[in-house]
Amino acid sequence: MDEMKHTQKAPYPIGESIPRIDIHAKVTGEAKFTDDLPFGPGLLYGRVLRSPHPHALIKHINVSKALTMPGVRAVVTGADSDEHIGLYLKDRFIFCRERVRFVGDPVAGVVATSEAIADEACRLIDVEYEVLDPVLDPIRGIQPDAPLLHPDLGDYVVADFIQPKPGTNISNHFKVRKGDIEAAWPKCDVIVERSFRVPEVQHVPIETHIAIARVDQNGKITLWSSSQSPFAQRNLISEALGVSQSDIRVIAPYVGGGFGSKAGVSVEGMAVVMARKVPGHPVKMRLTREEEFFCSFVRQGLIAKTRVGATKDGKILAMKTEYYWDAGAYTEYGVNITRASGYSSTGPYNIPNVWADSYCVYTNHPVGGPMRGFGMPEIHWGIEQIMDIVADELGMDKVEFRLKNCLRSGDINVTGMKMHPIGLTECIQKASKAINWGTDEPASAPNKRRGKGLAIMWKAPAMPPNAGSSAWVRLNEDATVSLGIGGQEIGQGTFTVAAQMASAALGVPMDWIRISAPVDTQYSPYEWQTVASRLTWSMGNAIVKAAHNARKQILDIVAKYWDENPEDLDIKDGQVISYKTENSISIENIVVYGLPQPDGAGWQGGPIIGHGNFMPTYVTDLDNETGQGERAVVHYTTGCQAVDLEVNIETGHITILNIASAFDVGKAINPEQVRAQIEGGVGMGASTGILESLQFKDGIPQNISFMDYRIATAVDMPKKVESIIVEVPQDDGPWGARGVGEHPMVPTAPAIANALTAAVGVRILDLPLTPEKVFLALEQKAMTQGKGS
Amino acid sequence: MGTHRITLTVNRVQEVAEVPSNLTLLDFLRERLALTGTKNGCSTGECGACTVMMNGEPVNSCLVLAVEADGAEILTIEGLAHDGQLDTLQKAFIELTGTQCGFCAPGILISARALLNRNPHPSEAEIRDALRGHLCRCTGYVRIVESIQAAAKAGG
Repeated sequence: MDEMKHTQKAPYPIGESIPRIDIHAKVTGEAKFTDDLPFGPGLLYGRVLRSPHPHALIKHINVSKALTMPGVRAVVTGADSDEHIGLYLKDRFIFCRERVRFVGDPVAGVVATSEAIADEACRLIDVEYEVLDPVLDPIRGIQPDAPLLHPDLGDYVVADFIQPKPGTNISNHFKVRKGDIEAAWPKCDVIVERSFRVPEVQHVPIETHIAIARVDQNGKITLWSSSQSPFAQRNLISEALGVSQSDIRVIAPYVGGGFGSKAGVSVEGMAVVMARKVPGHPVKMRLTREEEFFCSFVRQGLIAKTRVGATKDGKILAMKTEYYWDAGAYTEYGVNITRASGYSSTGPYNIPNVWADSYCVYTNHPVGGPMRGFGMPEIHWGIEQIMDIVADELGMDKVEFRLKNCLRSGDINVTGMKMHPIGLTECIQKASKAINWGTDEPASAPNKRRGKGLAIMWKAPAMPPNAGSSAWVRLNEDATVSLGIGGQEIGQGTFTVAAQMASAALGVPMDWIRISAPVDTQYSPYEWQTVASRLTWSMGNAIVKAAHNARKQILDIVAKYWDENPEDLDIKDGQVISYKTENSISIENIVVYGLPQPDGAGWQGGPIIGHGNFMPTYVTDLDNETGQGERAVVHYTTGCQAVDLEVNIETGHITILNIASAFDVGKAINPEQVRAQIEGGVGMGASTGILESLQFKDGIPQNISFMDYRIATAVDMPKKVESIIVEVPQDDGPWGARGVGEHPMVPTAPAIANALTAAVGVRILDLPLTPEKVFLALEQKAMTQGKGS
Repeated sequence: MGTHRITLTVNRVQEVAEVPSNLTLLDFLRERLALTGTKNGCSTGECGACTVMMNGEPVNSCLVLAVEADGAEILTIEGLAHDGQLDTLQKAFIELTGTQCGFCAPGILISARALLNRNPHPSEAEIRDALRGHLCRCTGYVRIVESIQAAAKAGG
């Protein structure tokens, strides 16, 4: 930003750990989530009949019995909306037409006076299916004789950076061809090849998906939804239903956990289609916990095949990767996860020769969507383990190996982009030091073994090149500031950080800033989506511009009033001050009523409203055949996690004694909130690393309750979580800031896996590291050694 | 479905209501009394988001029928602060960022209040144990535990 110099000390309250501004409401029960809103006695409830088959044709639907049930107001099917919907690839109907593609695919919806009646009526709908062979694995999905999920793939509308292969189940194929991989292998002294598997997991927000839609007599739509993407929802539903964006109003209260699952469109489309049948009535659609596990997005499964070659002095020369993404039945975001994993396929390493193929493959599994990390936790599971294996083969220390090969500022990365300033080496040094890397420490009991491991990571915001943000600041009589933003508070603290930035950029106390929430597409400024860890950086830039715009308007009228030069004036603590004349005046009232001109000659000024926007303009296309281009992404956030753990060799149980994380956030606007994000990411990373996998039998999900799908509780967490902030400024970030919301869960699982190997000498290539799997690996190792002796 | 007249105290206020047999205490609080601070995360007693205090003990209100609460004293998150004063736990959660998205916080605060009432100086292990029935997906529990420790230190 023009007026910001990173060398200057950031103004108050930038860099201050201000308590969250939303937290008083959240600890008193005052905070309103979508299900807390009152809708009165006219409220109706929507429930959905879902496919019991992973893959089938719908031959016939009879809804007549359901329609005549008392309390039922309407029944909808695929016949009620015939346009495709989808973010990057429009491959989905809101309600299925002709074909179902996963267990849980919505076939019909019932609107009734209660959820119980709607559920009962769903059971009265007769559907005749012709069951088809399913695709239950992405490797099977790419075979030429595999059943096709989307025979019409070639007809779908698709973003220009996504490359589907019509006539196959491949919805995107992203390639990297850098250097000369074949010429490089013979020069390598060590070559390691491994396959890794990552299962599907669920985001598990504690608030399940919920949307309430109301369509008025003129067809105008209001949608209240727990959403990370109010504007994208408005846009996608608008395109699918042929309604103007301005005739759809999305109101988005606090979100009870998103982690990616509440980005894009899922239940909201169904709520709208159902509401169209009962004009004037709001229709509530809330997923049960059971539905949440398989009917909203899941994190995609992954099969990764990786080959890495290095010279004996420890330099990585070549890396070849194949990613087969289990994208599920449709690809709201999956095609772009496939792309992001391709252009990040080396991890944060400087490797001259790279070959990568990343395939997004339709399967008859739940819809793969974005989840915290957007493909990065999945690919780093393999990358960071194979790097440890290569270091072992070379006999090199793993910290030294990473320091030797990791990306540094100015290096050319996998897509040919010159790396901006990054602090990855500092992250590696600080995280490893925090767990006393290189020091062997004793286990706490004879049946336990102790080990240390680390993993590094990178992640860029994966989004269209022109994802934009905007903001406004409106000053009130008492000089409080209404801050309009379109970014959503999903728990990450964005309202607090937004207020800090507006306070600093405008020059008013922090507690004068009021966020104009809830986000409402009718009044709030446009924001692409609350995803990709992009708000602090992108929305932050828009807020700073808006605040500067208002500031300039205020200074101009006061300068005129004082007959001074605006350049000599500043706003500090809500007072306009002159450095030249030492004049000062409160901005109260003048920001609404203006100021009088001398001698009663009228007035000047008027109610102040400042506006600002931000959109990256420099992201370039990548070559379709080589994945090379000048600048693939806006920036990468990098970091390192180091784990000290114990393994109980009698049970296979892993106890994390200490996990130290260091992330280069550019500038921590609110350091305690950065640490809170790191702790939460570590928690989610450890939970998915040790406990979680969504299991299927013949395409039918098996563990769709908290009893069967365990997430970490307070007793499962690492004993010590240490968070270290590294600050190498981002050139186009507000005060140098870049995002960190997703990143802390990226390296956690592989860091645990590497420490596990250090502790007990077994290497597990398939997530998660359950006690059972660890125990069986130990048994296997003992048997193998027994044979050898 | 039969209905029943129940009399109970909710946040120190007496309520009398006619409720169907199958109405849960959770739905009674949220829909009849508009006390929406208590959350529904699973409807099956597994996540703890709906925890309220019933006669001084934390319960999953999704597993309690409203008729079972006849004669009971109920405390929800809305009643935790009183006489214009936040509870020590609420102050600690604000100070130390004991919640992020805020959805699990009401239930956790009620359980933590019950814990400190019966054990004013719990160890870290005892705090974690008391949180077993609560799922939080945002915080990694780090600051929840720290907030409860701080509240205990500040006199419970």
